[in-house]
Amino acid sequence: MSIPDINNQAYAYHPGELLPELEGHISRGRFERVLRNGDFAVTAELAPPDSTDRNEVFEQAALFDGCVDAINATDGSGANCHMSSVVVCALLSYIGYSPIMQVSCRDKNRIAIQGDLLGAGALSICNVLALTGDDVSVGDHPEAKRVFDLDSISLITLIKKIRDEGSFLSGRTITNPPQMFVGTSINPFVPPVESRILQLEKKINAGADFIQTQYCFDMPMFKDFMSKTVDKGLTEKAFFLPGVGTLASARTARWIKNNVPGVHIPDSIFKRLEGAEDQKKEGQKICTELMQQVKEIEGVSGVHVMAYKQEECVAQMVKDSGVLGDRKPWSPNDEY
Amino acid sequence: MYRARLFASRHARAYEVIYNATSPVILSTLSVINKLTKGKLDRPITWFEKIIKGFLFDCQMCGNCVLSSTGMACPMNCPKTLRNGPCGGVRANGNCEVKPEMKCVWVEAWSGSAKMKNNLAIQEIQFAVNHSHRGSSAWIRLAKENKQIT
Repeated sequence: MSIPDINNQAYAYHPGELLPELEGHISRGRFERVLRNGDFAVTAELAPPDSTDRNEVFEQAALFDGCVDAINATDGSGANCHMSSVVVCALLSYIGYSPIMQVSCRDKNRIAIQGDLLGAGALSICNVLALTGDDVSVGDHPEAKRVFDLDSISLITLIKKIRDEGSFLSGRTITNPPQMFVGTSINPFVPPVESRILQLEKKINAGADFIQTQYCFDMPMFKDFMSKTVDKGLTEKAFFLPGVGTLASARTARWIKNNVPGVHIPDSIFKRLEGAEDQKKEGQKICTELMQQVKEIEGVSGVHVMAYKQEECVAQMVKDSGVLGDRKPWSPNDEY
Repeated sequence: MYRARLFASRHARAYEVIYNATSPVILSTLSVINKLTKGKLDRPITWFEKIIKGFLFDCQMCGNCVLSSTGMACPMNCPKTLRNGPCGGVRANGNCEVKPEMKCVWVEAWSGSAKMKNNLAIQEIQFAVNHSHRGSSAWIRLAKENKQIT
């Protein structure tokens, strides 16, 4: 049997080319460049489809064209089954987008995760977000076995080891380690509130390069958290992208508060939604204002928009908020 | 036992004092026993450790004991078995996302740790559990390695 010629057109596969290496940069992706350049970055969350049709991924991604620097692909969010985040990111990077691959510790052990990281590297995926993950009990397969072989901090440690030492956990050499820009999340709004800053420090010490937070609806609480972060010098070591979101109505907000783990929504938001004529519009207005407010906070490098089932409104909200200024993020219509 | 384990993290400072006083004695005794019996007593010692730590901390015998670094709260009682918790799903009342009737193990751990003299230990990164140690005695392993009980 002859060895296939990989230069043959039939085998040709051109995932989004990596950008040239830059001094002081970890990855060769666009997202890190935007942040290191000091531009205010916008990221948005893409909900992977319940389908094998890759056009559904592209259609959703296209909604963010020109307003988003990187796209997060969730990994079984809420412990529900969807298309895998590795594959969504592969599809996105194929046409040049800058995806952030979310990895939850709920479903895979250290062997599976390390394999995925190498695969992701082969597909030019440059960013990874290490998450603990929602428990199986909140999703659509509550009878599933929970894995949690690692937690988010162990996962960050693992990714950093693979990247910087060029070996698996076992010590076995990786000839071409993935140069991943590593992120993680923090939820400063739930107990133990006073220890969250120490936990954040722990995550950054483990090797987190950027932080995307849980939904940030309580601005005074977040400002307080960020001022502690700045005081500890943590904003020098990692980039901060607080999460903002849209609430379709006061009823939805109440449902989220009661059913989605870890979401803190203050009463003032409920009052605004209840008092509005068009609650959906008001929800978007709140989100737009939150973007403007987080941009003003010291130490914040960007914003992460989670507009579940309202993805089509993200572009307008980002535009209305004016957080990007004159800058227009890359989209597939632009030159690579 | 749930109540005993809450008591432990809420009196973490007292437990720390007892730990610091007894752990060198326990380890050197085990080290001597181990040399004399060449591991023949491993099973009863493991059983004894399971009973004691099971009662005091709801110990799950992961074999990777980190109690004194986690405010005397055993992280293996966290349904996600986090070693560097808590997760982001803690309820507003400080209870667990998965078991609403249970106090979050890591909320207890951080408050327990704050009471301890060595309150910085919780900030050390604990890498994932070595599952090959599951069910074995952390005491015997440490005695053999000549390390301190952690």
